[in-house]
Amino acid sequence: MITISKTKQLTLIQAITDGMRTMLEEKEEVVVLGEDVGKNGGVFRATDGLQEEFGEKRVFDTPLSEAGIIGSSIGMAMNGLLPVAEIQFLGFIYPAYEQIMTHATRMRYRTKGSFTVPLVIRAPYGAGVRAPEIHSDSMEALFTHMPGIKVVCPSNPYDAKGLLISAIEDPDPVLFLEPLRLYRAVRGEVPEEKYEIEIGKGKYLREGDDATVIAWGAMVPVAMKAAEQAADKGISCDVIDLRTLYPIDKAIIAESVKKTGRCVVVHEAPATGGLGNDIISIVNDTSFLYMKSPIERVTGADVHVPFWALEEHNIPTPARVTDAIYKVIHF
Amino acid sequence: MQEEFPMIQIMDQNGKITDTSYIDQIDKSLVQQFYRQLICMRAFDQKAINLQRQGRLGTYPGFEGQEAAQVGSALALEEDDWMLPTYRDHAASITFGKSYNILSSWNGRVEGNLPPKGKNILPPSVPIATQLPIAAGIAMANKYKNSSQAVIAYFGDGATSEGDFHEGLNFASVFQAPVVFFNQNNQYAISTPIWKQMHSETIAQKSIAYEIPGIRIDGNDIFAAYFETKKALERARNGEGPSLIEAVTWRYGAHTTADDPTKYRNQKEENEKRRQNDPVTRLERFMKAYGFWDEKLAEQIKGEIKEEIDGAVKVLETMPPANVNDIYDYMFEKPTWTLEQQKEEYINHLRGER
Repeated sequence: MITISKTKQLTLIQAITDGMRTMLEEKEEVVVLGEDVGKNGGVFRATDGLQEEFGEKRVFDTPLSEAGIIGSSIGMAMNGLLPVAEIQFLGFIYPAYEQIMTHATRMRYRTKGSFTVPLVIRAPYGAGVRAPEIHSDSMEALFTHMPGIKVVCPSNPYDAKGLLISAIEDPDPVLFLEPLRLYRAVRGEVPEEKYEIEIGKGKYLREGDDATVIAWGAMVPVAMKAAEQAADKGISCDVIDLRTLYPIDKAIIAESVKKTGRCVVVHEAPATGGLGNDIISIVNDTSFLYMKSPIERVTGADVHVPFWALEEHNIPTPARVTDAIYKVIHF
Repeated sequence: MQEEFPMIQIMDQNGKITDTSYIDQIDKSLVQQFYRQLICMRAFDQKAINLQRQGRLGTYPGFEGQEAAQVGSALALEEDDWMLPTYRDHAASITFGKSYNILSSWNGRVEGNLPPKGKNILPPSVPIATQLPIAAGIAMANKYKNSSQAVIAYFGDGATSEGDFHEGLNFASVFQAPVVFFNQNNQYAISTPIWKQMHSETIAQKSIAYEIPGIRIDGNDIFAAYFETKKALERARNGEGPSLIEAVTWRYGAHTTADDPTKYRNQKEENEKRRQNDPVTRLERFMKAYGFWDEKLAEQIKGEIKEEIDGAVKVLETMPPANVNDIYDYMFEKPTWTLEQQKEEYINHLRGER
């Protein structure tokens, strides 16, 4: 039987709101908390209307305190609730880093599963919106390096709703990174009902034979644009949206790279210690003998996100990515 | 501020009851329960230190001198309440959990972190003050669920300098969460004395900022620890929100078995404090003064305790070897492929396979 679901045209941020609404409706244990998430609907309006719909008990403002938000959410998660905590910008999460590292991620481990922390932390991340300093950080590798937390990062409205629902359903802590540059950049068809996208699975956005381009979040449209430009020159690329940063989809990387023999990884985070290195390592483990050229990385420099007068110089552009594609082709 | 937060004492250093408002609640059964648990915890602490000296236990943080604060407050809890201890609060968790399981955690065994069946006891918090926002969150969930469970979180004087102390108290205050913040002001954060830790005179006064009840009790007076914690827990259960208790006490020994307190404390002064203000001796003085003392029973209890602690050590020392699988199997509900691969590779390595 074919089920035709009703869909809505939503932006990425509206899809996130819809994901939270779906879960608030379904489970009384779900609570949404953070600075300004109530009446104001969040600084980006991700929680717009949710307090009005579900009441202050379910959707509530907290004091301005990242460690307090995450610490109290850990406690709530351990005691039967399913908190979805908003950190206004990923760059503001540092005061809560200790709570995540010392408690959220290790509670199951240090109690052999006696206590668990089914917590979702939502955080907008990334540069390109001319925000003040700190607001544009893209430090996902701080969390993929952290044992005990899953990290997901959608790049479109459909994935955003499905991945957020999966994150809330996940019995372990999940960091849900929201590319703020894409919040309202595109609209897409999003089913009205509940659906899940498996955490840990990447997706082909484009298929080709000459090179594999791997990206996530805000870099996905950059990678796609570069692949289009390369196609104009007769080079066809696989473009993979990783969608989950921990655990990475090893299979899709291996499959694509074995086919193309060439690989470009794109991320806006600093190069050193960045997730690109893990991807290179996966290629090394799975497809080394298929490679026709060394893997190229197109990343931010090892600098903090520059003040916005210069930030565009640090974010990978389609032109930088096409350069890298030509480099792996013409090695 | 010391005048506004006077030290609450029910029994003085000579064992004399100075506040008679609880007198009708002090009966033989309560006193014997106090006495048994106090000397039991003292014996446990001494045994653990001896085991460490003999190389039979890892680094261990002793709590000698703090028994009354921990035992008194822990006995005030209801069975299904939540407890968040620190790494120095084994007396509280053993008293509440009625289990010596925690001992094995000091031998590097994760099993020691598992709560006794049916008990909401978190593993000891090693980072300082980070358990306080979590305690607030657990209490917020209790309030959300209309549960009658209360929460107690332990922390030391040094913890009050951490941001998480303030964040935890603020969240609990804003959300009127049913939690008791139980501070043991044992005067030293490793070697840093309280007067170098903070400029304020008391820890209890920090409650003013959060507009929650704050009291200062004599932490070596088990009656004060018990009755005042009970009151704070009742307030929590009645929907009256959180409170802060500062139990003024003294850590006799080192920060841990790896520390040497003679470097930073005057030992003569220590011995004199101990002679005057030891929590166990004080209860004995009380028992002798008020007709609760029974020499024969005391001997009998000591014998039973020795047996009990020897039994706990035997359990520790006859545990099967730690299971290598435990390294990998509890990170997530279902292991990720990275963990599966890493586990397989290591197990194969152990088997001598390539």
